[in-house]
Amino acid sequence: MPNTQQLQDLTTQVRRDILRMVHKVNSGHPGGSLGCAEFFVSLYQNIMDRKETFDMDGIGEDLFFLSNGHISPVFYSVLARSGYFPVNELNTFRLINSRLQGHPTTHEGLPGVRVASGSLGQGFSVALGAAETKKLNHDKHLVYSLHGDGELQEGQNWEGIMYAAANNIDNIISTIDLNGQQIDGATDDVLPMGSLRAKFEAFGWTVVDIEQGNDIDAILTGMAEAKALTGKGKPVCVLLKTVMGNGVDFMMHTHAWHGKAPNDEQLEIGLAQNPETLGDY
Amino acid sequence: MKTYTNTGNKDTRSGFGAGLTELGKTNENVVALCADLIGSLKMDDFKANHPDRFFQVGIAEANMIGLAAGMTIGGKIPFTGTFANFSTGRVYDQIRQSVAYSDKNVKICASHAGLTLGEDGATHQILEDIGLMKMLPGMTVINTCDYNQTKAATIAIAEHHGPVYLRFGRPKVANFTPENQTFEIGKAVQLTEGNDVTIVATGHLVWEALEAAKALLEKGISAEVLNIHTIKPLDDKAILDSVSKTGCIVTAEEHNYLGGLGESVARVLALHHPTPQEFVATDDTFGESGTPEQLMEKYGLNADAIIKASEKVIKRK
Repeated sequence: MPNTQQLQDLTTQVRRDILRMVHKVNSGHPGGSLGCAEFFVSLYQNIMDRKETFDMDGIGEDLFFLSNGHISPVFYSVLARSGYFPVNELNTFRLINSRLQGHPTTHEGLPGVRVASGSLGQGFSVALGAAETKKLNHDKHLVYSLHGDGELQEGQNWEGIMYAAANNIDNIISTIDLNGQQIDGATDDVLPMGSLRAKFEAFGWTVVDIEQGNDIDAILTGMAEAKALTGKGKPVCVLLKTVMGNGVDFMMHTHAWHGKAPNDEQLEIGLAQNPETLGDY
Repeated sequence: MKTYTNTGNKDTRSGFGAGLTELGKTNENVVALCADLIGSLKMDDFKANHPDRFFQVGIAEANMIGLAAGMTIGGKIPFTGTFANFSTGRVYDQIRQSVAYSDKNVKICASHAGLTLGEDGATHQILEDIGLMKMLPGMTVINTCDYNQTKAATIAIAEHHGPVYLRFGRPKVANFTPENQTFEIGKAVQLTEGNDVTIVATGHLVWEALEAAKALLEKGISAEVLNIHTIKPLDDKAILDSVSKTGCIVTAEEHNYLGGLGESVARVLALHHPTPQEFVATDDTFGESGTPEQLMEKYGLNADAIIKASEKVIKRK
Protein backbone atom coordinates (compact mmCIF):
# COMPACT_ATOMS: atom_id res chain seq x y z
CA MET A 1 0.00 0.00 0.00
CA PRO A 2 1.45 3.40 -0.94
CA ASN A 3 2.73 5.64 1.84
CA THR A 4 1.69 9.23 2.44
CA GLN A 5 4.50 10.69 0.33
CA GLN A 6 3.57 8.48 -2.61
CA LEU A 7 -0.08 9.49 -2.26
CA GLN A 8 1.01 13.13 -2.10
CA ASP A 9 3.08 12.75 -5.25
CA LEU A 10 0.16 11.18 -7.06
CA THR A 11 -2.11 13.98 -5.85
CA THR A 12 0.25 16.57 -7.31
CA GLN A 13 0.24 14.74 -10.62
CA VAL A 14 -3.56 14.50 -10.53
CA ARG A 15 -3.72 18.29 -10.05
CA ARG A 16 -1.60 18.73 -13.15
CA ASP A 17 -3.90 16.37 -15.05
CA ILE A 18 -6.96 18.35 -13.96
CA LEU A 19 -5.49 21.68 -14.99
CA ARG A 20 -4.27 20.39 -18.35
CA MET A 21 -7.54 18.60 -19.14
CA VAL A 22 -9.78 21.61 -18.57
CA HIS A 23 -7.30 24.02 -20.15
CA LYS A 24 -7.13 22.05 -23.37
CA VAL A 25 -10.88 22.17 -24.01
CA ASN A 26 -11.42 25.50 -22.27
CA SER A 27 -14.24 24.00 -20.24
CA GLY A 28 -14.90 21.72 -17.30
CA HIS A 29 -14.85 22.04 -13.52
CA PRO A 30 -11.42 22.48 -11.93
CA GLY A 31 -12.42 23.97 -8.55
CA GLY A 32 -14.24 21.03 -7.01
CA SER A 33 -11.91 18.60 -8.75
CA LEU A 34 -8.82 20.12 -7.14
CA GLY A 35 -10.53 20.24 -3.76
CA CYS A 36 -11.17 16.50 -3.84
CA ALA A 37 -7.84 15.33 -5.28
CA GLU A 38 -6.46 14.06 -1.96
CA PHE A 39 -9.74 12.27 -1.22
CA PHE A 40 -9.89 10.47 -4.59
CA VAL A 41 -6.23 9.46 -4.45
CA SER A 42 -6.58 8.13 -0.89
CA LEU A 43 -9.83 6.33 -1.75
CA TYR A 44 -8.58 4.53 -4.84
CA GLN A 45 -5.01 3.90 -3.73
CA ASN A 46 -5.49 3.05 -0.11
CA ILE A 47 -9.01 2.91 1.26
CA MET A 48 -11.08 0.83 -1.16
CA ASP A 49 -10.70 -2.90 -1.57
CA ARG A 50 -11.06 -3.15 -5.32
CA LYS A 51 -10.24 -5.49 -8.15
CA GLU A 52 -7.61 -4.71 -10.75
CA THR A 53 -10.02 -5.20 -13.60
CA PHE A 54 -13.41 -3.58 -14.03
CA ASP A 55 -16.75 -5.27 -14.32
CA MET A 56 -20.09 -3.56 -13.94
CA ASP A 57 -21.47 -5.83 -11.21
CA GLY A 58 -18.51 -5.29 -8.88
CA ILE A 59 -19.26 -8.36 -6.79
CA GLY A 60 -16.57 -9.03 -4.19
CA GLU A 61 -15.11 -5.52 -4.17
CA ASP A 62 -15.88 -2.07 -2.78
CA LEU A 63 -17.79 0.26 -5.09
CA PHE A 64 -17.63 4.00 -5.54
CA PHE A 65 -20.31 6.33 -6.91
CA LEU A 66 -19.67 9.96 -7.82
CA SER A 67 -22.90 11.91 -7.45
CA ASN A 68 -21.53 15.38 -8.24
CA GLY A 69 -20.46 14.28 -11.70
CA HIS A 70 -19.15 17.68 -12.76
CA ILE A 71 -15.89 16.97 -10.93
CA SER A 72 -15.18 14.39 -13.62
CA PRO A 73 -11.58 15.64 -14.19
CA VAL A 74 -10.39 14.35 -10.81
CA PHE A 75 -12.42 11.15 -11.22
CA TYR A 76 -10.98 10.43 -14.68
CA SER A 77 -7.41 11.25 -13.66
CA VAL A 78 -7.51 8.99 -10.62
CA LEU A 79 -9.27 6.18 -12.52
CA ALA A 80 -6.64 6.32 -15.25
CA ARG A 81 -3.76 6.48 -12.81
CA SER A 82 -5.30 3.57 -10.88
CA GLY A 83 -5.14 1.44 -14.02
CA TYR A 84 -8.73 1.43 -15.29
CA PHE A 85 -7.83 2.90 -18.71
CA PRO A 86 -4.75 4.35 -20.41
CA VAL A 87 -3.53 7.63 -18.92
CA ASN A 88 -3.13 8.99 -22.47
CA GLU A 89 -6.87 8.88 -22.86
CA LEU A 90 -7.11 11.89 -20.52
CA ASN A 91 -6.09 13.78 -23.65
CA THR A 92 -9.58 13.15 -25.07
CA PHE A 93 -11.52 14.76 -22.20
CA ARG A 94 -14.68 16.44 -23.52
CA LEU A 95 -13.67 15.87 -27.15
CA ILE A 96 -15.98 14.35 -29.71
CA ASN A 97 -16.00 10.53 -29.86
CA SER A 98 -14.39 10.32 -26.42
CA ARG A 99 -15.24 7.97 -23.57
CA LEU A 100 -14.40 10.87 -21.23
CA GLN A 101 -17.64 12.81 -21.53
CA GLY A 102 -18.09 16.15 -19.78
CA HIS A 103 -19.92 14.30 -17.04
CA PRO A 104 -19.22 10.63 -16.27
CA THR A 105 -21.32 8.02 -18.03
CA THR A 106 -21.48 4.31 -18.63
CA HIS A 107 -22.77 4.99 -22.14
CA GLU A 108 -19.37 4.96 -23.84
CA GLY A 109 -18.15 2.04 -21.75
CA LEU A 110 -15.46 3.82 -19.74
CA PRO A 111 -14.10 1.35 -17.18
CA GLY A 112 -14.55 2.51 -13.59
CA VAL A 113 -17.88 4.27 -14.08
CA ARG A 114 -21.04 2.44 -12.98
CA VAL A 115 -23.72 5.08 -13.46
CA ALA A 116 -24.11 8.40 -15.22
CA SER A 117 -24.07 11.48 -13.02
CA GLY A 118 -24.25 15.17 -13.70
CA SER A 119 -27.88 15.96 -13.09
CA LEU A 120 -27.43 16.43 -9.37
CA GLY A 121 -28.95 14.67 -6.41
CA GLN A 122 -29.28 11.15 -7.81
CA GLY A 123 -26.17 9.52 -6.36
CA PHE A 124 -27.47 8.69 -2.89
CA SER A 125 -30.31 6.62 -4.30
CA VAL A 126 -28.10 4.74 -6.74
CA ALA A 127 -25.40 4.04 -4.16
CA LEU A 128 -28.02 2.86 -1.67
CA GLY A 129 -29.50 0.54 -4.28
CA ALA A 130 -26.07 -0.96 -4.90
CA ALA A 131 -25.63 -1.34 -1.13
CA GLU A 132 -28.98 -3.19 -0.92
CA THR A 133 -27.85 -5.56 -3.66
CA LYS A 134 -24.56 -6.19 -1.81
CA LYS A 135 -26.63 -7.26 1.19
CA LEU A 136 -28.84 -9.51 -0.96
CA ASN A 137 -25.72 -11.06 -2.48
CA HIS A 138 -24.14 -11.56 0.98
CA ASP A 139 -21.23 -9.48 -0.29
CA LYS A 140 -19.49 -7.93 2.71
CA HIS A 141 -17.79 -5.19 0.71
CA LEU A 142 -18.70 -1.54 1.10
CA VAL A 143 -20.23 1.13 -1.07
CA TYR A 144 -18.62 4.59 -1.06
CA SER A 145 -20.18 7.70 -2.53
CA LEU A 146 -19.26 11.37 -2.89
CA HIS A 147 -21.66 14.31 -3.02
CA GLY A 148 -21.25 18.06 -3.22
CA ASP A 149 -22.52 20.17 -0.35
CA GLY A 150 -24.48 22.46 -2.66
CA GLU A 151 -25.88 19.32 -4.28
CA LEU A 152 -27.72 18.54 -1.05
CA GLN A 153 -30.17 21.28 -1.96
CA GLU A 154 -31.78 18.72 -4.31
CA GLY A 155 -34.72 17.03 -2.58
CA GLN A 156 -34.07 13.50 -3.82
CA ASN A 157 -31.00 13.31 -1.56
CA TRP A 158 -33.17 13.51 1.51
CA GLU A 159 -35.48 10.78 0.26
CA GLY A 160 -32.44 8.53 0.05
CA ILE A 161 -30.95 9.72 3.31
CA MET A 162 -34.26 8.98 5.06
CA TYR A 163 -34.54 5.57 3.40
CA ALA A 164 -31.00 4.51 4.35
CA ALA A 165 -31.40 4.84 8.09
CA ALA A 166 -34.94 3.44 8.06
CA ASN A 167 -33.62 0.33 6.35
CA ASN A 168 -30.42 -0.02 8.37
CA ILE A 169 -28.15 0.27 5.35
CA ASP A 170 -24.88 0.08 7.23
CA ASN A 171 -22.59 -0.93 4.38
CA ILE A 172 -22.30 2.55 2.91
CA ILE A 173 -19.97 5.47 3.58
CA SER A 174 -21.26 8.63 1.93
CA THR A 175 -18.90 11.58 1.89
CA ILE A 176 -20.01 15.17 1.52
CA ASP A 177 -17.49 17.52 -0.05
CA LEU A 178 -17.93 20.43 2.32
CA ASN A 179 -16.26 23.24 0.39
CA GLY A 180 -19.01 25.77 1.06
CA GLN A 181 -19.18 26.92 -2.55
CA GLN A 182 -21.54 26.49 -5.46
CA ILE A 183 -21.88 28.11 -8.89
CA ASP A 184 -23.57 31.32 -7.77
CA GLY A 185 -21.50 31.83 -4.62
CA ALA A 186 -21.12 30.54 -1.09
CA THR A 187 -23.67 27.86 -0.16
CA ASP A 188 -24.55 30.00 2.85
CA ASP A 189 -25.54 32.81 0.51
CA VAL A 190 -27.30 30.78 -2.18
CA LEU A 191 -29.39 28.55 0.09
CA PRO A 192 -28.09 28.08 3.63
CA MET A 193 -28.43 24.49 4.78
CA GLY A 194 -27.64 24.93 8.44
CA SER A 195 -25.79 22.18 10.24
CA LEU A 196 -25.31 19.17 7.99
CA ARG A 197 -24.13 17.17 10.99
CA ALA A 198 -27.38 17.91 12.79
CA LYS A 199 -29.39 17.08 9.68
CA PHE A 200 -27.68 13.73 9.02
CA GLU A 201 -27.91 12.79 12.70
CA ALA A 202 -31.57 13.71 12.76
CA PHE A 203 -32.04 11.43 9.74
CA GLY A 204 -30.39 8.57 11.66
CA TRP A 205 -26.88 8.54 10.24
CA THR A 206 -23.58 8.28 12.07
CA VAL A 207 -21.45 11.29 11.19
CA VAL A 208 -17.67 11.53 11.01
CA ASP A 209 -15.95 14.88 10.53
CA ILE A 210 -12.72 15.26 8.61
CA GLU A 211 -11.73 18.84 9.34
CA GLN A 212 -8.61 18.76 7.18
CA GLY A 213 -10.07 17.30 4.00
CA ASN A 214 -6.99 18.18 1.96
CA ASP A 215 -4.60 16.41 4.31
CA ILE A 216 -3.96 12.82 3.28
CA ASP A 217 -3.22 11.55 6.79
CA ALA A 218 -6.37 13.19 8.10
CA ILE A 219 -8.38 11.59 5.29
CA LEU A 220 -6.91 8.13 5.95
CA THR A 221 -7.58 8.43 9.69
CA GLY A 222 -11.11 9.75 9.22
CA MET A 223 -12.06 7.18 6.62
CA ALA A 224 -10.66 4.37 8.80
CA GLU A 225 -12.86 5.64 11.59
CA ALA A 226 -15.84 5.70 9.22
CA LYS A 227 -15.10 2.15 8.08
CA ALA A 228 -15.00 0.97 11.67
CA LEU A 229 -18.48 2.40 12.12
CA THR A 230 -20.00 0.34 9.28
CA GLY A 231 -21.88 -2.86 10.03
CA LYS A 232 -23.50 -1.39 13.12
CA GLY A 233 -27.01 -0.87 11.79
CA LYS A 234 -26.62 2.74 10.68
CA PRO A 235 -25.39 4.42 7.50
CA VAL A 236 -22.21 6.46 7.84
CA CYS A 237 -21.70 9.99 6.56
CA VAL A 238 -18.33 11.72 6.33
CA LEU A 239 -18.29 15.51 6.32
CA LEU A 240 -15.09 16.26 4.42
CA LYS A 241 -14.07 19.89 4.81
CA THR A 242 -12.11 20.83 1.69
CA VAL A 243 -10.86 23.95 -0.01
CA MET A 244 -12.18 24.43 -3.51
CA GLY A 245 -9.32 24.84 -5.98
CA ASN A 246 -6.82 23.43 -3.47
CA GLY A 247 -3.18 23.45 -4.59
CA VAL A 248 -3.50 26.34 -7.05
CA ASP A 249 -3.34 29.51 -5.02
CA PHE A 250 -5.44 31.79 -7.21
CA MET A 251 -8.21 29.18 -7.46
CA MET A 252 -8.55 28.63 -3.71
CA HIS A 253 -11.31 29.86 -1.38
CA THR A 254 -13.61 31.07 -4.16
CA HIS A 255 -16.46 29.76 -6.27
CA ALA A 256 -15.01 31.54 -9.31
CA TRP A 257 -13.29 28.40 -10.61
CA HIS A 258 -16.24 26.08 -10.18
CA GLY A 259 -16.75 25.72 -13.89
CA LYS A 260 -14.08 27.82 -15.58
CA ALA A 261 -10.84 26.77 -17.26
CA PRO A 262 -7.52 28.59 -16.81
CA ASN A 263 -6.02 30.49 -19.74
CA ASP A 264 -2.47 29.77 -20.99
CA GLU A 265 -0.80 32.01 -18.45
CA GLN A 266 -2.91 30.78 -15.55
CA LEU A 267 -2.18 27.20 -16.55
CA GLU A 268 1.57 27.82 -16.36
CA ILE A 269 1.23 29.36 -12.91
CA GLY A 270 -0.87 26.44 -11.72
CA LEU A 271 1.53 23.85 -13.14
CA ALA A 272 4.53 25.65 -11.62
CA GLN A 273 2.87 25.30 -8.23
CA ASN A 274 2.52 21.55 -8.86
CA PRO A 275 5.74 20.18 -10.31
CA GLU A 276 5.53 16.99 -12.36
CA THR A 277 5.92 13.87 -10.20
CA LEU A 278 4.83 10.76 -12.11
CA GLY A 279 4.93 12.08 -15.65
CA ASP A 280 2.35 14.03 -17.61
CA TYR A 281 0.08 12.15 -20.01
CA MET B 1 -64.11 -12.86 -38.90
CA LYS B 2 -62.41 -14.41 -35.94
CA THR B 3 -64.27 -13.60 -32.74
CA TYR B 4 -63.03 -13.35 -29.18
CA THR B 5 -64.73 -14.22 -25.93
CA ASN B 6 -64.45 -12.19 -22.79
CA THR B 7 -63.75 -14.78 -20.13
CA GLY B 8 -64.71 -12.29 -17.43
CA ASN B 9 -63.67 -8.74 -16.65
CA LYS B 10 -60.39 -8.43 -14.80
CA ASP B 11 -58.02 -5.57 -14.14
CA THR B 12 -54.68 -5.46 -15.94
CA ARG B 13 -52.91 -4.46 -12.72
CA SER B 14 -53.88 -7.83 -11.26
CA GLY B 15 -52.24 -9.41 -14.30
CA PHE B 16 -49.08 -7.54 -13.32
CA GLY B 17 -49.37 -8.79 -9.75
CA ALA B 18 -49.86 -12.37 -10.95
CA GLY B 19 -46.86 -12.09 -13.26
CA LEU B 20 -44.72 -10.74 -10.45
CA THR B 21 -45.82 -13.58 -8.19
CA GLU B 22 -44.74 -16.04 -10.87
CA LEU B 23 -41.37 -14.31 -11.28
CA GLY B 24 -40.86 -14.48 -7.53
CA LYS B 25 -40.90 -18.26 -7.80
CA THR B 26 -38.87 -18.61 -10.98
CA ASN B 27 -36.25 -15.86 -10.95
CA GLU B 28 -34.39 -15.19 -7.72
CA ASN B 29 -32.80 -12.04 -9.16
CA VAL B 30 -36.15 -10.30 -9.47
CA VAL B 31 -36.67 -7.68 -6.76
CA ALA B 32 -39.65 -5.37 -6.37
CA LEU B 33 -39.93 -1.80 -5.11
CA CYS B 34 -43.10 0.10 -4.35
CA ALA B 35 -43.82 3.71 -3.36
CA ASP B 36 -46.67 3.20 -0.89
CA LEU B 37 -49.13 1.60 -3.33
CA ILE B 38 -48.71 -2.12 -2.70
CA GLY B 39 -52.45 -2.85 -2.76
CA SER B 40 -53.12 -0.73 -5.83
CA LEU B 41 -50.29 -2.39 -7.77
CA LYS B 42 -51.25 -5.88 -6.53
CA MET B 43 -47.76 -6.51 -5.20
CA ASP B 44 -49.05 -8.04 -1.93
CA ASP B 45 -48.27 -11.63 -2.90
CA PHE B 46 -44.70 -10.92 -3.92
CA LYS B 47 -44.16 -9.00 -0.70
CA ALA B 48 -45.60 -11.78 1.43
CA ASN B 49 -43.66 -14.54 -0.31
CA HIS B 50 -40.33 -12.72 -0.70
CA PRO B 51 -40.01 -10.10 2.03
CA ASP B 52 -36.23 -10.05 1.56
CA ARG B 53 -36.64 -9.09 -2.10
CA PHE B 54 -39.37 -6.51 -1.57
CA PHE B 55 -38.56 -2.86 -0.83
CA GLN B 56 -41.13 -0.41 0.49
CA VAL B 57 -39.65 2.99 -0.32
CA GLY B 58 -42.46 5.22 0.93
CA ILE B 59 -43.81 8.19 -1.00
CA ALA B 60 -40.46 8.89 -2.61
CA GLU B 61 -40.56 7.94 -6.26
CA ALA B 62 -37.32 9.66 -7.26
CA ASN B 63 -35.45 7.64 -4.67
CA MET B 64 -37.22 4.49 -5.84
CA ILE B 65 -35.97 4.91 -9.42
CA GLY B 66 -32.42 5.62 -8.24
CA LEU B 67 -32.46 2.66 -5.85
CA ALA B 68 -33.64 0.43 -8.69
CA ALA B 69 -30.82 1.64 -10.94
CA GLY B 70 -28.28 0.91 -8.21
CA MET B 71 -29.75 -2.51 -7.45
CA THR B 72 -28.98 -3.68 -10.98
CA ILE B 73 -25.28 -3.38 -10.11
CA GLY B 74 -24.67 -6.86 -8.77
CA GLY B 75 -27.23 -8.54 -10.99
CA LYS B 76 -30.68 -7.82 -9.58
CA ILE B 77 -33.67 -7.14 -11.85
CA PRO B 78 -35.74 -4.45 -10.14
CA PHE B 79 -39.45 -3.96 -10.86
CA THR B 80 -40.73 -0.60 -9.61
CA GLY B 81 -44.41 -0.10 -8.97
CA THR B 82 -46.49 3.04 -8.70
CA PHE B 83 -49.12 4.93 -10.72
CA ALA B 84 -48.18 5.84 -14.30
CA ASN B 85 -48.09 9.54 -13.47
CA PHE B 86 -45.58 9.04 -10.67
CA SER B 87 -43.68 6.43 -12.69
CA THR B 88 -42.86 8.84 -15.50
CA GLY B 89 -43.51 12.57 -15.28
CA ARG B 90 -42.55 12.86 -11.64
CA VAL B 91 -39.26 11.02 -12.12
CA TYR B 92 -38.36 11.76 -15.72
CA ASP B 93 -34.86 13.01 -15.03
CA GLN B 94 -34.09 10.10 -12.70
CA ILE B 95 -35.18 7.64 -15.39
CA ARG B 96 -33.32 9.56 -18.06
CA GLN B 97 -29.94 9.73 -16.33
CA SER B 98 -29.78 6.86 -13.82
CA VAL B 99 -31.75 4.29 -15.85
CA ALA B 100 -31.92 4.96 -19.60
CA TYR B 101 -28.61 6.76 -20.23
CA SER B 102 -26.90 4.41 -17.77
CA ASP B 103 -28.49 1.39 -19.52
CA LYS B 104 -29.77 -0.14 -16.30
CA ASN B 105 -31.95 -3.22 -16.33
CA VAL B 106 -34.90 -1.61 -14.55
CA LYS B 107 -38.54 -2.48 -15.21
CA ILE B 108 -40.77 0.53 -14.59
CA CYS B 109 -44.24 -0.87 -14.01
CA ALA B 110 -47.02 1.68 -14.12
CA SER B 111 -50.64 1.21 -13.16
CA HIS B 112 -53.65 3.54 -13.33
CA ALA B 113 -52.58 4.92 -16.70
CA GLY B 114 -54.88 7.10 -18.74
CA LEU B 115 -58.44 8.29 -18.24
CA THR B 116 -59.73 4.96 -16.92
CA LEU B 117 -58.23 5.78 -13.55
CA GLY B 118 -61.59 7.52 -13.26
CA GLU B 119 -62.81 9.57 -10.36
CA ASP B 120 -59.42 10.73 -9.05
CA GLY B 121 -59.30 13.15 -11.96
CA ALA B 122 -56.66 14.80 -14.09
CA THR B 123 -53.91 15.09 -11.47
CA HIS B 124 -53.62 11.31 -11.64
CA GLN B 125 -54.73 10.59 -15.22
CA ILE B 126 -51.53 10.80 -17.19
CA LEU B 127 -52.04 10.90 -20.96
CA GLU B 128 -48.47 11.81 -21.83
CA ASP B 129 -46.50 8.89 -20.41
CA ILE B 130 -46.08 6.87 -23.60
CA GLY B 131 -44.57 9.89 -25.28
CA LEU B 132 -42.26 10.64 -22.36
CA MET B 133 -40.98 7.08 -22.25
CA LYS B 134 -40.71 6.38 -25.96
CA MET B 135 -38.51 9.44 -26.44
CA LEU B 136 -35.83 7.96 -24.18
CA PRO B 137 -33.16 6.17 -26.21
CA GLY B 138 -33.04 2.46 -25.41
CA MET B 139 -36.36 2.38 -23.56
CA THR B 140 -38.81 -0.38 -24.46
CA VAL B 141 -42.44 0.75 -24.12
CA ILE B 142 -45.25 -1.77 -23.62
CA ASN B 143 -48.97 -1.11 -23.07
CA THR B 144 -50.92 -4.31 -22.48
CA CYS B 145 -54.59 -4.87 -23.24
CA ASP B 146 -55.92 -7.35 -20.69
CA TYR B 147 -55.15 -9.42 -17.62
CA ASN B 148 -53.63 -12.40 -19.43
CA GLN B 149 -51.43 -10.29 -21.65
CA THR B 150 -50.22 -8.14 -18.75
CA LYS B 151 -49.24 -11.24 -16.80
CA ALA B 152 -47.37 -12.63 -19.79
CA ALA B 153 -45.65 -9.31 -20.48
CA THR B 154 -44.54 -8.98 -16.85
CA ILE B 155 -42.88 -12.38 -17.06
CA ALA B 156 -41.36 -11.66 -20.47
CA ILE B 157 -39.67 -8.38 -19.57
CA ALA B 158 -37.62 -10.05 -16.84
CA GLU B 159 -35.85 -11.98 -19.61
CA HIS B 160 -35.19 -8.87 -21.67
CA HIS B 161 -32.01 -6.98 -20.73
CA GLY B 162 -32.54 -3.23 -20.65
CA PRO B 163 -34.95 -0.62 -19.33
CA VAL B 164 -38.64 -1.26 -19.93
CA TYR B 165 -41.76 0.83 -19.33
CA LEU B 166 -44.76 -1.44 -18.75
CA ARG B 167 -48.09 0.42 -18.74
CA PHE B 168 -51.37 -0.95 -17.49
CA GLY B 169 -54.55 0.22 -15.78
CA ARG B 170 -56.96 0.28 -12.92
CA PRO B 171 -60.45 -0.83 -14.08
CA LYS B 172 -61.74 -4.31 -14.73
CA VAL B 173 -61.85 -4.82 -18.48
CA ALA B 174 -62.52 -7.71 -20.85
CA ASN B 175 -60.02 -10.55 -20.55
CA PHE B 176 -59.87 -12.22 -23.94
CA THR B 177 -56.30 -13.09 -24.91
CA PRO B 178 -55.08 -16.65 -24.25
CA GLU B 179 -54.13 -17.73 -20.77
CA ASN B 180 -50.44 -18.60 -20.42
CA GLN B 181 -49.61 -16.99 -23.78
CA THR B 182 -46.04 -16.37 -24.87
CA PHE B 183 -45.37 -12.65 -25.00
CA GLU B 184 -43.02 -11.48 -27.72
CA ILE B 185 -41.71 -7.96 -27.16
CA GLY B 186 -42.00 -5.90 -30.34
CA LYS B 187 -44.29 -8.32 -32.14
CA ALA B 188 -47.79 -7.18 -33.06
CA VAL B 189 -50.64 -9.65 -32.72
CA GLN B 190 -53.08 -9.84 -35.59
CA LEU B 191 -56.50 -10.37 -34.05
CA THR B 192 -58.76 -10.23 -37.10
CA GLU B 193 -58.20 -10.35 -40.84
CA GLY B 194 -59.79 -7.70 -43.00
CA ASN B 195 -59.45 -5.84 -46.28
CA ASP B 196 -61.10 -2.45 -45.88
CA VAL B 197 -59.38 -0.80 -42.94
CA THR B 198 -56.54 -1.54 -40.52
CA ILE B 199 -57.18 -0.77 -36.87
CA VAL B 200 -54.08 -0.75 -34.67
CA ALA B 201 -54.90 -0.44 -31.01
CA THR B 202 -53.01 -0.61 -27.75
CA GLY B 203 -54.00 -1.11 -24.10
CA HIS B 204 -57.65 -0.87 -23.15
CA LEU B 205 -58.55 0.20 -26.69
CA VAL B 206 -57.79 -3.25 -28.14
CA TRP B 207 -61.06 -4.74 -26.90
CA GLU B 208 -62.91 -1.65 -28.11
CA ALA B 209 -61.28 -2.19 -31.53
CA LEU B 210 -62.65 -5.74 -31.63
CA GLU B 211 -66.10 -4.49 -30.70
CA ALA B 212 -65.80 -1.89 -33.45
CA ALA B 213 -64.70 -4.52 -35.98
CA LYS B 214 -67.82 -6.58 -35.19
CA ALA B 215 -70.09 -3.58 -35.72
CA LEU B 216 -68.26 -2.57 -38.89
CA LEU B 217 -68.72 -6.07 -40.31
CA GLU B 218 -72.47 -5.67 -39.90
CA LYS B 219 -72.14 -2.58 -42.08
CA GLY B 220 -70.22 -4.61 -44.65
CA ILE B 221 -66.78 -3.26 -43.70
CA SER B 222 -64.04 -5.76 -42.96
CA ALA B 223 -61.48 -4.48 -40.46
CA GLU B 224 -58.08 -5.94 -39.71
CA VAL B 225 -57.32 -5.44 -36.02
CA LEU B 226 -53.74 -5.46 -34.78
CA ASN B 227 -52.93 -5.54 -31.08
CA ILE B 228 -49.85 -3.35 -30.75
CA HIS B 229 -48.76 -4.10 -27.20
CA THR B 230 -45.22 -2.85 -27.85
CA ILE B 231 -45.10 0.77 -28.93
CA LYS B 232 -41.31 0.78 -28.94
CA PRO B 233 -39.80 -1.00 -30.73
CA LEU B 234 -42.77 -0.80 -33.08
CA ASP B 235 -43.59 -3.75 -35.36
CA ASP B 236 -43.24 -1.74 -38.58
CA LYS B 237 -43.60 -4.79 -40.78
CA ALA B 238 -46.95 -5.90 -39.38
CA ILE B 239 -48.36 -2.38 -39.87
CA LEU B 240 -46.98 -2.01 -43.40
CA ASP B 241 -48.16 -5.48 -44.44
CA SER B 242 -51.66 -4.67 -43.25
CA VAL B 243 -52.00 -1.21 -44.83
CA SER B 244 -50.63 -2.48 -48.12
CA LYS B 245 -53.78 -4.60 -48.19
CA THR B 246 -56.34 -2.22 -46.63
CA GLY B 247 -55.05 1.16 -47.79
CA CYS B 248 -56.07 3.06 -44.65
CA ILE B 249 -55.55 2.92 -40.91
CA VAL B 250 -57.02 3.94 -37.56
CA THR B 251 -54.81 4.10 -34.49
CA ALA B 252 -56.47 3.83 -31.08
CA GLU B 253 -54.95 4.51 -27.68
CA GLU B 254 -55.74 5.91 -24.23
CA HIS B 255 -53.22 8.73 -24.61
CA ASN B 256 -52.73 12.14 -26.11
CA TYR B 257 -52.45 11.98 -29.90
CA LEU B 258 -49.22 13.95 -29.39
CA GLY B 259 -46.50 11.50 -28.49
CA GLY B 260 -48.58 8.36 -28.61
CA LEU B 261 -48.85 5.21 -30.71
CA GLY B 262 -50.54 7.10 -33.53
CA GLU B 263 -47.55 9.36 -34.07
CA SER B 264 -45.18 6.40 -34.14
CA VAL B 265 -47.38 4.70 -36.73
CA ALA B 266 -47.62 7.91 -38.78
CA ARG B 267 -43.84 8.08 -38.99
CA VAL B 268 -43.59 4.52 -40.28
CA LEU B 269 -46.24 5.23 -42.89
CA ALA B 270 -44.70 8.56 -43.93
CA LEU B 271 -41.34 6.90 -44.48
CA HIS B 272 -42.47 3.75 -46.23
CA HIS B 273 -46.10 3.81 -47.34
CA PRO B 274 -48.02 7.09 -47.08
CA THR B 275 -51.53 6.10 -46.03
CA PRO B 276 -54.64 7.94 -44.79
CA GLN B 277 -54.75 7.70 -41.00
CA GLU B 278 -57.25 8.71 -38.31
CA PHE B 279 -56.33 9.05 -34.65
CA VAL B 280 -58.48 7.79 -31.80
CA ALA B 281 -56.73 9.48 -28.88
CA THR B 282 -57.23 12.42 -26.56
CA ASP B 283 -57.01 15.79 -28.27
CA ASP B 284 -54.18 17.52 -26.38
CA THR B 285 -56.21 17.84 -23.22
CA PHE B 286 -56.21 16.91 -19.55
CA GLY B 287 -58.84 14.51 -18.23
CA GLU B 288 -61.35 15.01 -15.42
CA SER B 289 -63.29 13.08 -12.79
CA GLY B 290 -65.93 10.58 -13.87
CA THR B 291 -66.46 6.87 -14.30
CA PRO B 292 -64.12 5.18 -16.76
CA GLU B 293 -67.00 4.55 -19.18
CA GLN B 294 -68.20 8.16 -19.04
CA LEU B 295 -64.69 9.43 -19.62
CA MET B 296 -63.95 7.10 -22.52
CA GLU B 297 -67.17 8.21 -24.16
CA LYS B 298 -66.69 11.92 -23.52
CA TYR B 299 -63.09 11.90 -24.77
CA GLY B 300 -63.86 9.67 -27.76
CA LEU B 301 -61.90 6.57 -26.80
CA ASN B 302 -64.39 3.73 -27.29
CA ALA B 303 -65.74 1.39 -29.97
CA ASP B 304 -68.09 4.08 -31.30
CA ALA B 305 -65.18 6.45 -31.82
CA ILE B 306 -63.23 3.73 -33.63
CA ILE B 307 -66.22 2.97 -35.89
CA LYS B 308 -66.59 6.64 -36.83
CA ALA B 309 -62.87 7.01 -37.45
CA SER B 310 -62.87 3.89 -39.62
CA GLU B 311 -65.74 5.12 -41.77
CA LYS B 312 -64.04 8.47 -42.14
CA VAL B 313 -60.65 7.08 -43.10
CA ILE B 314 -62.13 4.69 -45.66
CA LYS B 315 -63.63 7.71 -47.46
CA ARG B 316 -60.16 9.28 -47.60
CA LYS B 317 -58.68 6.37 -49.56
